[in-house]
Amino acid sequence: MECQECQKRPATLHFTQVINGNKTEVHVCEVCAKEKGYMTYPEEGYSLHHLLSGLFNFDSSQMGSQQESSFTKKDELQCPKCEMTLSEFKRVGKFGCAECYHTFAGRLDPIFRRVHSGNTKHHGKIPKRKGGNLHLKKQVQEYKANLQQLIADEAFEEAAKIRDKIKELQAEMKDKEAGDNS
Amino acid sequence: MTLQQFMNEAISPWMREDGPDSDIVLSSRIRLARNFAQVSFPIIAEEADLNRIHQFFEQEYTHASFQDYKDFEFIPIEDLSPIEKRVLVEKHLISPHLAEKSKYAASLISKNEQVSVMINEEDHIRMQLYFPGFQLNKALEKAFEFDDWLEEKVDYAFDESRGYLTSCPTNVGTGMRASVMMHLPALTMTQQINRMIPAINQLGLVVRGIYGEGSDAVGNIFQISNQITLGKSESDIVEDLESVVRQLIDHERKARQRLMDQSSTRMEDHIYRSYGILKYSRIIESKEAAKCLSNVRLGIDLGFIDDIKRNILNELMVLTQPGFLQQYAKKSLTSNERDILRASLIRERIQLEK
Repeated sequence: MECQECQKRPATLHFTQVINGNKTEVHVCEVCAKEKGYMTYPEEGYSLHHLLSGLFNFDSSQMGSQQESSFTKKDELQCPKCEMTLSEFKRVGKFGCAECYHTFAGRLDPIFRRVHSGNTKHHGKIPKRKGGNLHLKKQVQEYKANLQQLIADEAFEEAAKIRDKIKELQAEMKDKEAGDNS
Repeated sequence: MTLQQFMNEAISPWMREDGPDSDIVLSSRIRLARNFAQVSFPIIAEEADLNRIHQFFEQEYTHASFQDYKDFEFIPIEDLSPIEKRVLVEKHLISPHLAEKSKYAASLISKNEQVSVMINEEDHIRMQLYFPGFQLNKALEKAFEFDDWLEEKVDYAFDESRGYLTSCPTNVGTGMRASVMMHLPALTMTQQINRMIPAINQLGLVVRGIYGEGSDAVGNIFQISNQITLGKSESDIVEDLESVVRQLIDHERKARQRLMDQSSTRMEDHIYRSYGILKYSRIIESKEAAKCLSNVRLGIDLGFIDDIKRNILNELMVLTQPGFLQQYAKKSLTSNERDILRASLIRERIQLEK
């Protein structure tokens, strides 16, 4: 089996990750496991600064020459808004502005995974005013998960009610979007 | 100024109230980090932008009120003397990091000092709400309402998949740090705490001393907070923290009981010796003072000492910090002078109880 990250080296590490109750099987090689933040090494202790600096310096360790050159290229990534470069971000360990999150988007998952125990996606509060349709979207997602469970439990009457609610919310979202665009 | 007056200024009004489990949990706090969507973060922003934010808060929120948090005072850090800054840090109203920054950094503090908003710290906005005792859920509920109130006028940097965007990757997502301050003398005496801290760390929680990162657990006071801000909802994070705190309370109570069952005279001796030191010493270092205060507070909780109010630990731990001593003396003091003033202040404070 080949590594699911680089699709080059054979996968030598196999494990199951549980994030927010969802199980996923992970098959990776040792290099990717380290680089993509699938593994935390005990010798690094709990100091956040160690974790971060260790993490940001990974690119130079044990990489093939081919990859190294591709990384130096990527290092030239620069945020159009605040002009923070990727290498500067790695050195400081801080973002320069909200736009950096988009600029460096492709490089962030491994960092977040390490710092936040495998998580890369937000599951909490949504701004009340600015969140707009996100609140409805979140509720639809919750209803959908609920619906799956009800179907699995063969509680079809309940499921029908939930299905109607989802339709209502989706209609509401459409109305809102139309309203926003007008 | 009399000591009574000074203390009234020094102790935040909310600290005087007793909260749930306040024999062990001194306070609960929720901190939320937020940023303006259109402005670069403070580490890199143009001065003009930071100045705009500074002025926005001054104009919009000076003397504003929200619910119980009334008459906000806007305090530019630049206007404070070094001793005044230190006092605000010792009261936990601003962070040491904010105190170091001066230009355009500010703090917005409610009259009852339960809410403070730090402006242009590492993020544009860091709001924190304090509650006495163990009240994380209440604190979270109020923090959300306060956050919504600020959001009425501020466009937050928010991303559907990453959540609230912060300058440091360690805060992204919820931007929330929930923490409790706990007094754990029995777990420390029996050295059980040393075995528990690594286990607590494994659950994604951090244990620190009273003045945050890198500080010792002086006075057997520990701060426990969440490490992870991304991927879990605020209420799940609070629930996890709560269950660990609940267990620590349980263990601490059991450890106290065991100490009492096995060696009550030794405990009584230990406590009264500390009481004696506080009552009669003429020179006392802050570490020794903290240790004795912790013992006396334990003595109050265990019923050995009944002529002093429980709050003494919370109060004197803050009052005997270097910043406060110097504010009381109205001048800067050498460390020897501080040790003398500290001893006399503690003696006077104990006298007040009579």
